[in-house]
Amino acid sequence: MTSANTDSGTASSGLRESATFDRATIHEIQRAAETGVYDIRGWGAKRAVPHFDDLLLLGASMSRYPLEGYRERCDTDVVLGDRHAKFPLHLQIPVTIAGMSFGALSAQAKEALGRGASEVGTSTTTGDGGMTAEERGQSKHLVYQYLPSRYGMNPDDLRRADAIEIVLGQGAKPGGGGMLLGQKITERVAGMRTLPVGVDQRSACRHPDWTGPDDLEIKIRELREITDWEKPIYVKVGATRTYFDVALAVKSGADVVVVDGMQGGTAATQEVFIEHVGIPTLAAIPQAVQALQELGMHRKVQLIVSGGVRNGADLAKCLALGADAVSIGTAALIALGDNSPRFAEEYRALGSEAGFYDDYQDGRDPAGITTQDPELSARLDPVLGGRRLANLLRVMTMEAQTLARACGKAHVHNLEPEDLVALTIEAAAMARVPLAGTSWIPGRPSRDGDRW
Amino acid sequence: MCGIVGIQLRDETLYPNLGALLTPMLCHAAHRGPDSAGVGLYGDARYTRPGFSSISVLLGEVEVSQVTTALARDRDLGAVEVTAAGPTTVIRAATEPWTLERGVAEILDGTGAIIIGRGRELAVLKGTGDPSALAATFDLTRATGYQGIAHTRMATESAVTSAHSHPFSVAADLCLVHNGSFANHATIRRQLQAEGHVFDSDNDSEVGARYLAHKLSEGSDLEKALRQLCDEFDGFYTLLVTTADSFAVVRDAIACKPAVIAQTDSWVAMASEYRSLAGLPGIDQARLFEPEPEEVYLWQR
Amino acid sequence: MATLTPTDPQPTTDRRAERTTKVVDLASSSVRELNQALHESSSTGGESSAVEWVITNPQGEHAIACGLTEPVHVRIEGHVGYYCAGMNQRAHVEVRGNAGVGLAENMMSGRVDVSGDASQSAGATGHGGLLVINGNAAARCGISMKGIDIVVGGNVGHMSAFMAQAGRLVICGDAGDALGDSLYEAHLYVRGTVKSLGADCVAKPMRAHHHTELADLLSRAAMAYSTAEFTRYGSARSLYNFHVDNAY
Repeated sequence: MTSANTDSGTASSGLRESATFDRATIHEIQRAAETGVYDIRGWGAKRAVPHFDDLLLLGASMSRYPLEGYRERCDTDVVLGDRHAKFPLHLQIPVTIAGMSFGALSAQAKEALGRGASEVGTSTTTGDGGMTAEERGQSKHLVYQYLPSRYGMNPDDLRRADAIEIVLGQGAKPGGGGMLLGQKITERVAGMRTLPVGVDQRSACRHPDWTGPDDLEIKIRELREITDWEKPIYVKVGATRTYFDVALAVKSGADVVVVDGMQGGTAATQEVFIEHVGIPTLAAIPQAVQALQELGMHRKVQLIVSGGVRNGADLAKCLALGADAVSIGTAALIALGDNSPRFAEEYRALGSEAGFYDDYQDGRDPAGITTQDPELSARLDPVLGGRRLANLLRVMTMEAQTLARACGKAHVHNLEPEDLVALTIEAAAMARVPLAGTSWIPGRPSRDGDRW
Repeated sequence: MCGIVGIQLRDETLYPNLGALLTPMLCHAAHRGPDSAGVGLYGDARYTRPGFSSISVLLGEVEVSQVTTALARDRDLGAVEVTAAGPTTVIRAATEPWTLERGVAEILDGTGAIIIGRGRELAVLKGTGDPSALAATFDLTRATGYQGIAHTRMATESAVTSAHSHPFSVAADLCLVHNGSFANHATIRRQLQAEGHVFDSDNDSEVGARYLAHKLSEGSDLEKALRQLCDEFDGFYTLLVTTADSFAVVRDAIACKPAVIAQTDSWVAMASEYRSLAGLPGIDQARLFEPEPEEVYLWQR
Repeated sequence: MATLTPTDPQPTTDRRAERTTKVVDLASSSVRELNQALHESSSTGGESSAVEWVITNPQGEHAIACGLTEPVHVRIEGHVGYYCAGMNQRAHVEVRGNAGVGLAENMMSGRVDVSGDASQSAGATGHGGLLVINGNAAARCGISMKGIDIVVGGNVGHMSAFMAQAGRLVICGDAGDALGDSLYEAHLYVRGTVKSLGADCVAKPMRAHHHTELADLLSRAAMAYSTAEFTRYGSARSLYNFHVDNAY
């Protein structure tokens, strides 16, 4: 529903836009008054929040020694879930593909994600609505999400999966359930979810058979019993009270904790949720790491971070702050072709623009990704899409290696918070790293030995 | 988030076995709350005695001898007896609970030690760490008495310390354990603070205990106070609340947090899971049921 | 690690039934050992239906007999904890006692019988099979059910059949508050009273095929009631699409 603003003429003619009632706000009030239903859209938070761009890495020069690019080793592999599981995941790169459902995405898009991830040795994740044969077939490492709705949930797929991710929430809507509007509940999607075709589906926000960490501990044991303690069990939370939630996930027995910040994407959620609930990814990581460290579980229970991760710099910074891996969702869709200028005309016809399109809920995605329309879906070639995603994942990894080598690290996991400084006071306070050029971490008393 | 268990004995011949009954109940709730544990014991001759009052204290850094020496100087108290149980110390004297509490509070003022229980019948023991190990520290199997409740804690938002452990006992012989998470406890805490109540911890469950104590002091009986709590408190809770003569259970309207009640002619017991009740004598013949939402279940001795 | 010690299972052969009975005493074996043995016997296939497992001293333990895949018969002598027979496929699990939270959750097929009461969320999200609870079921019975059939001899608690998508829930006693809230296409039959109906759940006429399907369920569950005593409830389908009056 967002469209590009055209500013020609307004300022020069002396018209003044209200900062409080800006055009988007006015439009939303008009829309609400007209329809009586809250606005539902896809994508993640669009407002500006402190982010990884507000952090910089301290490359080595004299006090530290950098590694030679391409020649000297800088490893990127990561083992996930070796706390209790017989078969932990061993991924070649610390970037995984976040949970996105078949239903929200076309079968071609799911297949492309599987192909791209498998090509570079990382995992994909199912999403709300069950596992398709295509994605199992195309994904070398597949994480099966266990959600409140339990759409398409079955023990055969549980046993077929390489890991199980119990989803409590996601960054776009912590505390809220999923949504999939009628346009996308086609016969196949409806069949997988046992729903009438064409309904506006709203999923539950709490799991139907447990509430709270004490019961989650019993639920995790059940899932382990069903799968004979073979599969790593992840617990995914939307970032809000992250310090407590991560500690409780660990106490409940999770092998891996996934923290999704507020910039994390969604297929369809109330805009009020997307923009107003949760904390930025940047702010969530130090809280999560602190909880893990206090329990003596940092690096033993792995931390996966998601929500607005776009490139190798974001990856390097997440790892430096203490994450073991990141997940990408929106970036992966863009790699497949979402919001591509190739479809500029069609985006415009939908009242949007290439680069602005967020109406994933409508199922009319010209790029054939967030749709169930057979004609639109056919536009996405899964092989080509997979290659594009693999390319992005390779670039992200090489970028992170470049930065890690510059900081003198032979493994990207050896990046640490001390390799980071912040550009803004806000980012310094949230990331708990010093403001660039100072030793000042807001909220922390200055220490003996601070020399500047 | 936690495990809660409790039992009220009807059959006097079971009184010597209170600890033997309560200990396995507690241990089977340990997986629900590995961070800390605590018990409230009514009528345990080790800690309480007819004609006496008992104060349960977490002394922290304070030496027991400092307290006994100072109390000995208070002529109103008469002979003072002290029993240690793990991190908890129970002090008793042949006086009213509030007289003894005032005396103990004066001595402990500013030391960081806190009073965690008071009454004629009740002793509260709590600590941090593995619940089964704590039960051993408390020598819980040897406890005697007519009523006991216990709690194992998986801390949600407040710290893991002995002071944050359950039970919460903030008025004479009143004891509360909670499983769940109150959603508006900060607001009720502020209201109670405005009325002069002072809190020992930032635990949401303490707000429940202080609220009940406040309502009881205003003249509500326990049943009414629990109904008032249901009206005021938002969020998820299964509560087990005891007084010198009552054993009460209540759950919130949504009733997600588990609770099982078992009743025989000899005892009534409650636990988060049946697992904790499985070893009780006569359990096979007990009436077993789950409490309905927002209904107060109360047994009087 | 999960093999039972030789003294634990005591295979005996009941010659009349040509059935092998394996007894596992949970006072001496762990749930892990039991489930591993059940899963391994499942994976051998073939004769599994000729084996009857008897589990003694369940003591309210969790996740007993979950994740079974073959048509074995498992009889549990006593009360069980959470998630008994969870995600069951094809097996017949019988509990002679009460069951804890999430009994037969996400069951796919097979049958689960409980002689006593079941705690909350019995049959939650189940896709198939038959769950029979002879006593009462607590809150959220049949929540998000997706094709399972549930027959409850007694009453059910509040929010039962919440968001129930498919399958049949038969309640021979009374239903608590908010029965069938946000219901999809599941069929609900109640013999007693309903404390209150949830959003979008309405009483509907019993047609001939409803009597037939109900009679079949009652007979399979061995409940001797006439279908004429039941009222059918279903979805008014007014929440199926978001619009101004139901943007809940």
